[in-house]
Amino acid sequence: MKALLLGFAALVAAPAAAQTVAITGGTVAIGDGSAPIEGGTVVMRDGRIVAAGRGVAVPAGATVIDASGKWVAPGMIAGFSDLGLLDVNGVEESNDTAARNSPFAAGIDIAPAINPNAVMIGNERLGGITRAIVTPSTAGSIFAGQGAVIDLGVDADPVTRARAFQFVELGEGGARDAGGSRPAAYAMLRDAFAQAQDYRRNPAAFGGREKDSLIKRGDAIALNDVLDGKTKLLVHVERASDIKSVLALKKDYPKLDLVLVGAAEGWMVARDIAAAKVPVIAGALADLPAEFEMLAATESNVGRLEAAGVLTALSTVGANTAPGEHVVKQYAGNLVAIGKVPGSSGLDWGHALATITSGPAEAIGMGGEIGSLRAGRRADVVIWDGDPLELSSAPVAIYIDGRAQPRTSRQTKLRDRYMTPSEGALPKAYER
Amino acid sequence: MTLRIGRSALALGALLVTTSLAACGAVGDRPQTAGAKAESADTVAARRYSRDPYPSTYHPYPGVPTLVTNVTIFDGEGGRIDRGQALFADSKVVAIGERVDAPAGVTTIDGTGKYLTPGIVDIHSHLGDYPSPSVRALSDGNEATSPVTADVWAEHSVWPQDPGFGRALANGGVTTLQILPGSANLFGGRSVVLKNVYARTVQGMKFPGAPYGLKMACGENPKRVYGSKGREPSTRMGNIAVDRQTWAKAREYDRKWTKYEKDGGEAPGRDIAMDTLRGVLDGEILVQNHCYRADEMANVIDMSKEFGYHVTAFHHAVEAYKIADLLKANNVCAAVWADWYGFKMESFDGIGDNLALLQNAGACAMIHSDDENGIQRLNQEVAKVLSSARHAGIQISDATAWEWLSYNPAKALGIADQTGSLKPGKMADIVLWNGYPFSVYARPEKVWVDGALLYDADNPKLRPVSDFELGLPGAGDVK
Repeated sequence: MKALLLGFAALVAAPAAAQTVAITGGTVAIGDGSAPIEGGTVVMRDGRIVAAGRGVAVPAGATVIDASGKWVAPGMIAGFSDLGLLDVNGVEESNDTAARNSPFAAGIDIAPAINPNAVMIGNERLGGITRAIVTPSTAGSIFAGQGAVIDLGVDADPVTRARAFQFVELGEGGARDAGGSRPAAYAMLRDAFAQAQDYRRNPAAFGGREKDSLIKRGDAIALNDVLDGKTKLLVHVERASDIKSVLALKKDYPKLDLVLVGAAEGWMVARDIAAAKVPVIAGALADLPAEFEMLAATESNVGRLEAAGVLTALSTVGANTAPGEHVVKQYAGNLVAIGKVPGSSGLDWGHALATITSGPAEAIGMGGEIGSLRAGRRADVVIWDGDPLELSSAPVAIYIDGRAQPRTSRQTKLRDRYMTPSEGALPKAYER
Repeated sequence: MTLRIGRSALALGALLVTTSLAACGAVGDRPQTAGAKAESADTVAARRYSRDPYPSTYHPYPGVPTLVTNVTIFDGEGGRIDRGQALFADSKVVAIGERVDAPAGVTTIDGTGKYLTPGIVDIHSHLGDYPSPSVRALSDGNEATSPVTADVWAEHSVWPQDPGFGRALANGGVTTLQILPGSANLFGGRSVVLKNVYARTVQGMKFPGAPYGLKMACGENPKRVYGSKGREPSTRMGNIAVDRQTWAKAREYDRKWTKYEKDGGEAPGRDIAMDTLRGVLDGEILVQNHCYRADEMANVIDMSKEFGYHVTAFHHAVEAYKIADLLKANNVCAAVWADWYGFKMESFDGIGDNLALLQNAGACAMIHSDDENGIQRLNQEVAKVLSSARHAGIQISDATAWEWLSYNPAKALGIADQTGSLKPGKMADIVLWNGYPFSVYARPEKVWVDGALLYDADNPKLRPVSDFELGLPGAGDVK
């Protein structure tokens, strides 16, 4: 066994994925809702977690990384993002999130468009995000298309699961996409499902080639996967009554595998959501009546949902994403803080961490694969120099699939170039 | 994942801040005090149009003399007192120190484990002019019908029932805020400074005696909004061209009115837009200039010298860190977000160390929100900057960092003599935090504005619910 110091040495001697690595002495947070464990050990091999916790033996021959005084946690998962789909949100040419002039909707598959070299991926990785749920946005239909789960690692193969879900808007956004009303959105949904069923019964007779056809063949194929429950259906709604209407879809389409996105008024119907066993990817701190569909928005929403037994994950849905997706750690920390305000509902620390690790993984049906340090999961591990939810902490080492990741980004390079703003012997363009 | 653009589309990056009233340039025409003919002061005054036609009716609410003991104090001007005491009474700060003399019968609060700070001052907000709910009927922040709308005043758009004011108070500890027009226009109009106290009218919220600001904008927004309408400006050079033409007119207007006010004769025609620009040239109105890119800020600084005005602050100023020396040399502040980046081309180079690098270079810097959610957590935004700074090897004390939250924005609003720090005689705008306020786990426990306790986490009655939310399902997030 050889010991490595954290930081630069850990990078230079980056363990290959095939090696056995033991991270010892740190405070280990599994990410499954449990409390952190002081003096724990995390063992990873071949890109997977072998074991994590107290009293875990260090295997013979393992490379040992001393994390004393530090925290070890699963990498965070961006719960609902557009990472890899754009370079600059406001620069149309770089933005693949929506396709207003496309004849396709549900059939759209974002996986081939994911760019692992997008600047934001590097920046957010350095913030501790190791995986992301990536979704297209709607434009001209209530269906946005099929989203993916990706990793943020430095490699050319970012897609963990393509076509992981279909995304649909059924609240105010859905009303707008469908031509102006919620009933029109439901009419569009039901007609699209009916046409998908027509296609299944007789593909040869299915049109879909007409210019004005509501859905194309590719859309029909994608929607049949939704109807069969093979592909999850992520539904963005905020209002309590909209949530009830979405849950009621199961009566007519019993195999739908629903996930609610947003759900600002979820607390009002938390028991219904829990009874339906539907997870929620929430906009964590939405506490303003930002729209009429969220007049009951409250900081206590997530706490109340979890208290009712709803599996809840955090995301930047509906929020300003300019601070980057790693802001979810701040959201999670705030949920702990809210729990200390009299009359409010928050989460304990372990469950708060879970909302940004195992929570999104479970919500998307990949809890056995990613999102925690439980044995068998992909070794997405972040070593922090303090409490991962605390604002003063930063990652000191990041592993994705067991591979050590770089500690620099375009942002750190800009910072270093301008640490002194004035020019030296040569223009700034020569400082790098 | 932003699902809807909503109010932020134009408001994003709309903010600019400036520091001082004093630095009007060399070419400004100033009223002369002595005329050839002696006139009575009343006659001269009669020729002046009102500078304050919509006066503040704000009044402090009653408070009780209060002593907080055993508390950690950040005084807002870089000072820190551990296990200290603070006394305030009659709406003013009386004393802070390790021990202060307090009168008998004073209400005493044990601040053990807690922190006491000045109330937060947000120099860039759109509460009230882009309120919640963000429906078109309430979207009143951008008069996007002409690139020059210096005639509009944000206070005439502010809806005092915006639920955001209460959230900013209770969750954010914000006690003063500047409401600006948006950034669709080069000259967006006048800002207004408010005490964060609900009132039936905007006049009832106006910070007494605060100078007005002029919102200006450079960069992508004006050229996009007007370029898409097929009119000037459609480029950055068009932005500056329209700016210069407008300032040239303002100089002429200022000259005519100054002469008339001094010497009499035929009154020049009133132009409400030019009144505002004249106020800038005369040093009465502060320029708050939305600007992202370093090179554009440099152009604006030169333009301000060309026409004889001073830019008090660049708002958003995502690239301010690249020209921290230039900003310092020109006495221009930067009001910035902690870490926003990449949402538009001109924010591509945003970094989480912007504020820290500005401080490091000795430039005037501060945090701002420009966001109805961000305004609820400005202390956390500063905490993120401190973390970035310390991880980059830049040491900035907690007490210094609090200047970014209250004193520096108060200076850039021209109200630092009244609020922004806990100096005796200043407004008792104070937050008691239930823990270290740069921790994600801390929240305001009590908030006083002018010594009146207007939020108390332990008293459900002391939590505001605006008219809009009264009787609605969330009831102002008090349910």
